[in-house]
Amino acid sequence: MSRIVGIDLGTTNSLVAFMDKEGPHVIPGPDGQTKVPSIVGLTDNGLIVGDPAKAHLIRDPSHTIYSVKRFMGKGLDDVKDELKYFPYHLHEKNGVIRIEIGDKTYSPPQVSAMILKELKRRAEDYLKEDVSKAVITVPAYFNDSQRQATKDAGLIAGLEVLRIINEPTAASLAYGLQKKTQGLIAIYDLGGGTFDISILKLKDGIFEVLATNGDSHLGGDDFDQRLVDVLVDDIFQTQGIKVEGNPELMQTVRLEAERVKIRLSDETQAQAVIQLPNGTYEKLWTRESVESLVMDLVERTLGPCRNALKDAGLTASQIDEVVLVGGSTRMPLVWRKVEELFGKTPHSELNPDEVVALGAAVQADILGGHTKDLLLLDVTPLSLGIETMGGVMSALIRRNTTIPTSAKEMFTTYVDGQTSVDIHILQGERELVKDNRSLARFQLKLPPLPAGVPRVEVNFLIDANGILHVTARDIRTGEAQSVQVKPSHGLTDDEVEGMIRDSFQFAAEDIKARQIIEARNEANAIIVATEKALVRAANLISDKEAEGIRRILQQLGEVKAGDDHRAIRTKISEVEKTTHHLAEVLMDATLKEALESKKLSDVIK
Amino acid sequence: MDHQHQAQATTATSRELPMARSMCWHCQSEVTGEYLCGQCVKVQPLSRDLDYFACFQLPRLLNIDEQHLEKTFYELSRTFHPDFYSTKDESEKAISLGNSAFLNAAYRTLKDPIQRAEYLIRLEAGAVKDIRSNPPADLFEEVLELQETLETFRQLAPKGPSAGLEALRKKLQAEREHLEKRQAEMEASLQDKFNEWDQLQERAALPGQAREEKNTILREMQEILSNRTYVRNMVNDLLETTG
Repeated sequence: MSRIVGIDLGTTNSLVAFMDKEGPHVIPGPDGQTKVPSIVGLTDNGLIVGDPAKAHLIRDPSHTIYSVKRFMGKGLDDVKDELKYFPYHLHEKNGVIRIEIGDKTYSPPQVSAMILKELKRRAEDYLKEDVSKAVITVPAYFNDSQRQATKDAGLIAGLEVLRIINEPTAASLAYGLQKKTQGLIAIYDLGGGTFDISILKLKDGIFEVLATNGDSHLGGDDFDQRLVDVLVDDIFQTQGIKVEGNPELMQTVRLEAERVKIRLSDETQAQAVIQLPNGTYEKLWTRESVESLVMDLVERTLGPCRNALKDAGLTASQIDEVVLVGGSTRMPLVWRKVEELFGKTPHSELNPDEVVALGAAVQADILGGHTKDLLLLDVTPLSLGIETMGGVMSALIRRNTTIPTSAKEMFTTYVDGQTSVDIHILQGERELVKDNRSLARFQLKLPPLPAGVPRVEVNFLIDANGILHVTARDIRTGEAQSVQVKPSHGLTDDEVEGMIRDSFQFAAEDIKARQIIEARNEANAIIVATEKALVRAANLISDKEAEGIRRILQQLGEVKAGDDHRAIRTKISEVEKTTHHLAEVLMDATLKEALESKKLSDVIK
Repeated sequence: MDHQHQAQATTATSRELPMARSMCWHCQSEVTGEYLCGQCVKVQPLSRDLDYFACFQLPRLLNIDEQHLEKTFYELSRTFHPDFYSTKDESEKAISLGNSAFLNAAYRTLKDPIQRAEYLIRLEAGAVKDIRSNPPADLFEEVLELQETLETFRQLAPKGPSAGLEALRKKLQAEREHLEKRQAEMEASLQDKFNEWDQLQERAALPGQAREEKNTILREMQEILSNRTYVRNMVNDLLETTG
């Protein structure tokens, strides 16, 4: 059976990991970096993902997508408050956000798939084998639509998603495995865009989640935004420059805000430096000033912590260990607040950026049948119910119920001959339908009989991924009925199919971009080497020959600027041909020198 | 980590869960009460008639050994959880999913004493009547007055702090403490009923034995359970409104 990788598909950074006999490992890229920025650039030459795309963000923000996780499983209404911060246009189709880049539109799962493909390729290069199966992590507080969107992203990327696993529970697997911890632990996970708290009981290799809570729209991005707002205002006040109308400058400010924030985790002050059209703008930040700016955001995480404890039937003092996960927990302020709440020093021995990916790799190993002594028993984060008379939600499955779990509901008719009932499925904790999340609708077919006679049982099953499956059965005939569920904020199967086909198209563009980059790198190397050789061989070849070589080098420089990798390759081989004699001459000279120096050394001896 | 935790008393019986069919769905050989087929080692679907107590090999008692419950839950989870069927065929995956969902429901129900009692009443005496919407008879006057006070408080609260509001808050908090005490009393008498039931079960275990006596206890338990639910909802309402 082929290897299953574990993927942490983060708001700001993504990672891929695998497990071998020694344990889980995060896979580094060629540069040794384990984090791939979750940024996608759509350039004229195709797709770029990760660090190159981050560089692209400042040059061409309207063609660069970041923080796409915030849009997964959402409609336009859900994100309207933050639209002004994003440099690209969004619209909605069939309840799903679409991102407009140039004349093309992409759904969030498609963009996530581009990141997943980069991770897949990275794993394949490193492991030297095909990778087609993965475990992907999501915030524990993700609802059904967001989970389904993540699964769709995997499909579009050509990955079979064997399991969607919650980030804090993944972290607990990596942590528990390493520390051999037993007892009650709290995982506080504050990432780039989401916050989760999970309370677990660890006993004899069973990781039982007792309760989970969170905010799927709160993270480091929001901290950055607070700094950005101050900087934008200050730049306007002191320099008279409006940052809002300038997407490139806005991204520069955003990245600088992030850098200052990160720096202030280690230092007590940091200087923001931004190049403006009229000169350099500088602003000194102290740790205190940033802390007071984000205090309310950090405090917003404490409510979910208290709720999770309450649902688990525990008090803070009963928790044996508190573990910090996610890049934002590096902030001393977060650390202090968590310590205050739980009354104990939090742990963060494992790299908070990598621990989720490591845990996903452990879960992948369990699913692969290799790790047999560990078992994760997770819960559904939100109550699931259906709409009843008067716009009220009737809960069928309560939040924090261990999954898999199912609930059966019997349906009948109110009118003679009625042949269908419309069912609206919801997720959330509020009384009224309008305050909860609409997941899906479907029409239940009933046989035309007198009112109250038909009896159709609908089974709502939440699987181990936290994803809902609906089946129906006519009790009178015992026959199963197929149910066509229409997601409120999700792609249809047909749309996903289409996107998988499109992704082959992207793949072709992607390869093209890669080929150009590789050819350019090679051309650069050969130009530098040849120029050096020309200097060294100044007295060894004729001026005419040197001139010929310079001419072809210049031609290579011109071709290199274009988009045709074949033309670059052709020119490279022409350069190699033309410099053949030069290389020979240099080789002879080197040999001669070597021999002469040997003689000299003999003499000295 | 060592997970060979063999239950001392339960190992012998832990492999005797009733299965849906006596023949393996896969190889058609006889399944002798085990959850895995002895021939082809395929997981077998749990019987639709299996009750939660039987699932955990527990007698229908209301005081249960919680450690045994948890231990059995973990053992059965290791047998049925979909994580261990990821590489198996679709039929086995579906069975594992169904069995796991049932096991989780059973554990959730039996772990909580109130849910456990409600489930037992449903098993022994058929459907439990819906939670009553009328307050317990002896609390009727008190609750009516309380509802009125609560309503006044809700109307006053948005107008900001005032001496009147503070007085009402104090009154409601005192009410809440009183109701919490009542809830505790009800839970104590519920515990007495649990003990009565268990003693009766010890000497008359068969369903038909001492039927009248059993039904009486079940009815009394149900009465207390409904009253307790009413009081608890009131307490939660008060907590939410007055903090």
